[in-house]
Order: sequence, then structure tokens, then C-alpha cells
Amino acid sequence: MQNNANNVHSDKQMLQNSSGIIERDIFPSADSQKIVVDKFSAYYGQKEILKKIELSIFSGERLAIIGPANSGKSTFLRSLNRLNDLNHQFSYTGRITFDGKDIYDENVDVPSLRRRIGMVYALPVPLPCSIYDNVAYGPSVSGIKSRRRLDELVELGLKKAFLWDEVRDRLNQPAMNLSGGQQQRMCLARVLALDPEVLLLDEPCSGLDPISTAKIEDALLELKSRYAIVLVTNNTKQAARASDRTAFFLMGQLIEAGRTDELFTKPTDKRTEDYITGHFG
Amino acid sequence: MKITPATSQRLVVAVLWLIAAITLFILLFIIAYIFVHGLGNVTCSFILESPRRMGRQGGILPMIVGTVYVAALAVLIAAPVGVLTTIFLTEYTREGKLTSFIRFGADCLAGIPSIIFGLFGFVFFVIVLGMGFSIISGALTLALMVLPTIIRTSEEAIRAVPQAYREVSYGLGSTQWQMVTRVVLKSALPGICTGIVLSIGRCVSETAAVMLTAGSALRMPCSPFESSRTLSLHFYILAREGISMENAYATASLLILAILGINVIAYLLMRRFVAKVT
Repeated sequence: MQNNANNVHSDKQMLQNSSGIIERDIFPSADSQKIVVDKFSAYYGQKEILKKIELSIFSGERLAIIGPANSGKSTFLRSLNRLNDLNHQFSYTGRITFDGKDIYDENVDVPSLRRRIGMVYALPVPLPCSIYDNVAYGPSVSGIKSRRRLDELVELGLKKAFLWDEVRDRLNQPAMNLSGGQQQRMCLARVLALDPEVLLLDEPCSGLDPISTAKIEDALLELKSRYAIVLVTNNTKQAARASDRTAFFLMGQLIEAGRTDELFTKPTDKRTEDYITGHFG
Repeated sequence: MKITPATSQRLVVAVLWLIAAITLFILLFIIAYIFVHGLGNVTCSFILESPRRMGRQGGILPMIVGTVYVAALAVLIAAPVGVLTTIFLTEYTREGKLTSFIRFGADCLAGIPSIIFGLFGFVFFVIVLGMGFSIISGALTLALMVLPTIIRTSEEAIRAVPQAYREVSYGLGSTQWQMVTRVVLKSALPGICTGIVLSIGRCVSETAAVMLTAGSALRMPCSPFESSRTLSLHFYILAREGISMENAYATASLLILAILGINVIAYLLMRRFVAKVT
């Protein structure tokens, strides 16, 4: 607990340094801190991908992570739900806590961690089965067998992702038949059916048309009251539109983080300014 | 005379057509030749009766039963072992010395002539383990023989499953085994089935290995511990010892029909399965 309090302090300190104010309005108390990343470095083999990242994620906020390619945004995201474990080259130093518990502790039940921290990938990947089975996959592997309960969760997930009305009559059709935008919303529904606490989105709109993108962003706005949302995006306009707070990554370093409106209007770091005004990246 | 690109294109197309036609012609010729000589003798009584006078008269029912017995047992043993080996190789170990050694072993096993498998089965199962000439000795020998086919085809099928499926499954909180059974095996099933069907075909048509292990008894097999003659071995003995060419061709016709049947049914099942999931 002591440790946790320290992290709160250092995080606010950092925010204060970068944007000049302590943002009490968005972050009412230390309790709302969902994830605390503390001097976290990630390596693939010898290569250092993330360099001593310090960042907190609060419940009820939408945090956008921006930065050019190869700046470690995706690696950061995948560190939060331990998806990097799949890569045998991966190693790390530092700490990430989720509700005060170290997620890299060896007693952590990784499948249940991944259920609580859901992830949507850049490209929609429907599993080769029906829409229903796709959305029911998470609840079903978690051990829910009751058909009625699964029906409820599937409906709930699809409704939250604004897809229910479009697919309610064809839940048993192959998910591959959906359009790209629908597939991505189905992937969102698939994660939401698990009712996670944190939602990680890795450039979820990179392959979508503007209308589908708008639908996803609408869904995110609707969802933010219940989840902490971390949105990695290459699109600075999207970050400005669809987030409360923005963090700028460059070459594996966190350059600055702060309220989106302030970061985009008066960034403190020259590199941030260059990036958001389109001088590089 | 200069050959223009257009001419060479036409030439190549003609040659390719010719070669494909020759291949198809030879296949059809063999099947037709055997059917012409044998199909006339395939009657209900031929299928449903036991052989008399060493197969000069009567039918081949015990051989049909024996063949089904041996092939089914062999595949029932080889398929789970092969698929589980493949899952271990592809999902549960990292690429390294051990996996390449196992893969190398499987490849060597695939290249060994079937008579050697027969000899091994004879020495090991029939004599050392004391199983005698029996269906189970034959099935175990055939299982060893088709194992590499099953491993190789399943491996290709499992490797073709996109890595993204695995990430999605993990991301939704599955364990590794759930991921393997619900996503990987399901997507790879058509490919795995192809390997299994190929193995059934090889088991049904194998002669040398079963001759040395399952024996050549003519009576109806009652248990897997009895000796039985398979269809292909029956054909071989009838033809080799000049007992009855008519019945040899009839047996061969039936064998070819069975293999064609297995392949067609497997193809149809697979197409239905693929249509259902994609």
C-alpha cells in the first residue's frame, strides 16, 4: 500500500511537470488508479524496446498513446496484459501493478488477468466460427457453460459494441461474412462480453473507413464510464478526438503525458510539438 | 526459324496438357483394366461368402473384415499418437535440436520400405512380444508405418493456422490447451483429416508389412489376436501362386472401389466442414 501511494505521488508529479497542473478534476482519488507502470523496461533479446516507462492508467479515463512507428506503443500495450509472454525473446525490468498487485508475479493467474484487461488488435481477427461463437468464446473458456448465461453475455457484448442490431438475426453465420468495420466491432464485443476492467486497443481503426471509425469511437465514448481505456493510435486527430489524456512515446521513451486538450495545444516538449504538428512521424 | 514468345507459350501449354493427359490416362487405364477383368466376378455371394478351396471358389468376406479390422485399428492407434506428437512439436516446444531431431526421425521413418516395417513387426510384435501372427501385430506395424504421414500432414495443417488466432485466444483468457483444442485443432481439422484419410488408404493397400505380421489365415477373424489375411495380401497370394486370376482381379476391383470410396467420402465430408466454418 505504501508503495502504491508513492506511485501515485510520482505520477502526479510527472503530470505536474509536464502540463503544469495537478489534474484533480479527472483523477479524483488514488483509488481510481487502475494500472501503475513503474520504471518498466521491455527487451526483445538484447534490444531495449521500452525505456523506464512511468505511467498510470485511471479507471473511467480514455488514455491515448501516440507516437511514430517503432516507438514501443504496441509493446507497452502488450506488456499490460502479458501478451508479450508469447514471445520467447521478451524480458523486462521494473514493475506493473494492477489494482495494487504485481501482474508479473509468478502466482498471477494469467488467463484471468487477460480477461480483466481485454485487448482489441489492429486488424480484426474473427475466429473461424459463427458470430455467436466468437463473442461467446471468452466467457466459454472462462468456464461458463449455461447456454442462457452465454446468450445474455453475447447480447450484452454486441449491444455495447453497437453491433447487436446489425447482426441479431444472423448470429449463427460465419463471422468472416461481416464487413471489416463490423468485424472490428465484433472483436470489441468479444472482449466486452468478458466485462473487463481495462480495455486495450491497438490501433483499432487503422484498417477501417471513416464511418466505421466513428462507430468505434462512439462505442468508446459510451464505454469510458465503466472501463479504463487505453487507445494506441497512429492518428493524432483520433487521439485528440477520442481521449481524455494523451501520452507521447518516442523511441521507447515516454516523452510526455497530460490532458489531451493541453498536450495538443501547448505541449511542453519540442519533440511532442514536432510530432503533433506533423514535422516527423 | 525463330520462336516467338506467343509460340513458346502455346507450345508449353500443349506440352503441359499432354503430360497431364498421359498421367490421367495411365491411371484410368489401370483402373479400367482391373475393372474389366474383375468387376464381372464381383457378385453378392463373392462379397458375402467365405473362400473355398484356398480361394479358387467362394468369396472374400473374411478378408474384407480382416482389412477393415487391421486398417481401423492401425489408424485408431496412429492418429491420436501422431496428432498429439504434432501438437507437442508445434505448440508446446520451441524450435530447437529436439524438434528437428524428432522431425528428422519422422522423415526417415517415412522413407523406409514397408517390407522393413514388416520385418520389424515380425521380430518385435510377433516374436519378442509374443503377439503371434495377428491383427493387432499387423495394426501396430501399420500404425508405425503411417505415423510419419500423419505427423507431417498434421504439422503442415497446424502451422498454417494463423498466429493471430492464437493471440486472440490468449487475449480472451484461454489457457494453452483451450487454445489448442478450440482454435488450432478446429482450424487445422481439414488438413489433419486429409493425412488420416491418406493413411487409411495406405493401410488398406499395404501388402508386405501385413504379410509378415498379420499372417495369411483364411478363416473369419473373431478377435484382434487372431491372424487374418487382408484384401491386398489375398490378391497377391491368388495371383502369385496362380490360384485364381479371376478372383484376384475381382479382389483388386473391390480394393480400388473401397479406396475410391474412402477418398470421395472424406472429400465430401471435408468440403461440408469447410463450408460450415468459413
